[in-house]
Amino acid sequence: MSEKTLFDKLWNSHTVADLGDGVALLYIDRIFLHERTGSISLIGLEDEGRAVANPEKVFCTMDHIIDTVPGRSDTTTMEGGREFIEMTRQATAQAGIRLFDIGDQRQGIVHVTSPEQGIVLPGLTLVCPDSHTCTQGAFGALAWGIGSTEAEQALATNVLRVEKPKNMRVTFDGELSAGVTAKDMILHLISAYSTSGAVGYAVEFAGTAVSILSMESRMTLCNMAVEFGAFTGMIAVDEKTVDYVEGRPFTPQGALWDQAVKDWEDLKSDSGAKFDKEIVVDASKINPTVSWGTSPGQSIAIGETIPSPESFTERNQNIATKNAQKYMAVTPGTRLNDLKIDAAFIGSCTNSRLTDLRRVAKILQGRKVAKGIRAICVPGSTKVKQDAEAEGLDQIFKDAGFEWRESGCSMCFFAGGESFGFEERVISSTNRNFEGRQGPKTRTHIASPETVAASAIAGHICAAADLEEV
Amino acid sequence: MMEGFQTINSKAIPLLLINVDTDAIIPSREMKRVSKRGLSEGLFAGWRYKSNDSRELEPDFILNDPEYNGAKILLGGDNFGCGSSREHAVWALHEYGIRVIIAPSFGAIFYKNCIRNGILPILLSDQNIEPLSGKELKINLENQLINDDISFEIAPADKEMLLDGLDDIELNLKHVDDIRSFENNDRVKRPWAYL
Repeated sequence: MSEKTLFDKLWNSHTVADLGDGVALLYIDRIFLHERTGSISLIGLEDEGRAVANPEKVFCTMDHIIDTVPGRSDTTTMEGGREFIEMTRQATAQAGIRLFDIGDQRQGIVHVTSPEQGIVLPGLTLVCPDSHTCTQGAFGALAWGIGSTEAEQALATNVLRVEKPKNMRVTFDGELSAGVTAKDMILHLISAYSTSGAVGYAVEFAGTAVSILSMESRMTLCNMAVEFGAFTGMIAVDEKTVDYVEGRPFTPQGALWDQAVKDWEDLKSDSGAKFDKEIVVDASKINPTVSWGTSPGQSIAIGETIPSPESFTERNQNIATKNAQKYMAVTPGTRLNDLKIDAAFIGSCTNSRLTDLRRVAKILQGRKVAKGIRAICVPGSTKVKQDAEAEGLDQIFKDAGFEWRESGCSMCFFAGGESFGFEERVISSTNRNFEGRQGPKTRTHIASPETVAASAIAGHICAAADLEEV
Repeated sequence: MMEGFQTINSKAIPLLLINVDTDAIIPSREMKRVSKRGLSEGLFAGWRYKSNDSRELEPDFILNDPEYNGAKILLGGDNFGCGSSREHAVWALHEYGIRVIIAPSFGAIFYKNCIRNGILPILLSDQNIEPLSGKELKINLENQLINDDISFEIAPADKEMLLDGLDDIELNLKHVDDIRSFENNDRVKRPWAYL
């Protein structure tokens, strides 16, 4: 069989040695670290007396633990955060690794700053001790999340031993309706095929509704491949990919650029390539979608009603539904629109890029956040923040009643510092609605940034299309 | 370098929930220091303790049942260990004493983290897991058997790594010539990929 999938091409071009039983030694082109799980890898290596093989291909940013309040410093609201920051600074300096520190324009969430700086490129392998590394597969790269011990392995040897996952293609056919976004596509997919639907697979997203997405929206789609259970997600390279990558700080220049662009032409699945599993979704049937439970798979369209546990015949699903409804304080038959919220959060590696903020600003313009609701926007990188400010977006957010923050992962998760309160209901543009994710007993509903903004204004869960005219 | 995996005899703790994520296994707030140690206290903190700011045990949580004191085997539901890549989840489980986790499927990163830290993840269907609840089990990795009669699959490389307590870096460095020659060819083929 000569027809190959995009994933097979990426896999083959990085195979250093076939170790048998489906395991290969894969060459790693880029390694990204952050202060939460990266510092521990560097320190682990140092303890074993090993060195980083090629520091020039390793990058590190501060995103997980640093504060996002204006005027932040190394002191964090999270107890002990300073240790993570200082040890990261020290370990990266010692190893000769580039660090995007507080105050650097390049500082930001790994999966926002890496594409922005041209660190991820089509055809590369990139790993990071962060599960949402699959985001960067949007560039036709093989990018996946690893543990800290695996990161040590990659840092010391430039290779990783990987068992080859199977090939899956998810085709979104047709056109999205107005106001439906990449976030709704992925939530819809996961709710239909479950959070373990792609366990054991590398997933290529394809189809007309995917090719029409901007690069930033493609990143949103690939970001939650891990919530679908996938090894990673990816999208074929096209003109949009090349246009996005061109001219960024770490992108190849001159003759190298020309050769790269030529090489990238092949970064798509050949027609006739065989996938182990194919899923086809009618994109025109997708509506703005929001989670009601404690797993991203527990999501429904905003107009639908919350299901009853009895509607799941499988015992485990039935129990999970009951537990989730108890935690979330929601009852079967309730429409999401009827749920009042306490807070709204826009940020995270899923939805915090400039185009996300521009779309939200359009909704917020001339409107105000409903009384008593805490609304926060955390741009994905310092550059996103600065670019947004240059366009005056920050003023629109602030005028509407949003807090405008410094960049970082922020309240996507609760690390012991800042949190949404006990039993508060939060609508959030993030990727995880697990129990306690955003704070002890905090109830998280994940949604597109448009839905988050509209809900903040309405005071209850609300699609942007359902807002009253300004 | 981990210790090699030995045959385990222990009661099996049933935590038969689907999608037990790594935030549940160890919440972010329990990862207080840059260290792989001292994490077991934070294991399942959201479920194991009565409230966020106390260490008073929640009697209804299965790990707090005195019957399972010192148990080394955990039974889980579909997609066990999904979510965040935090290896702290595995470090906390290991420090607590867990050596085997049996579930119908695992989060991909969590699975690999287990192998690298001396915890054996076993794939078994729901129907086969349920009858094991609370039972005294014998897990033999060498023969890939539970109680001498239920067999399980594991990738040969993963088995070898667990049994011998091998270190990936050592294993990779056996291929140092392959790595060198790949790099030399690749630099010519894809010069744009190198910084």
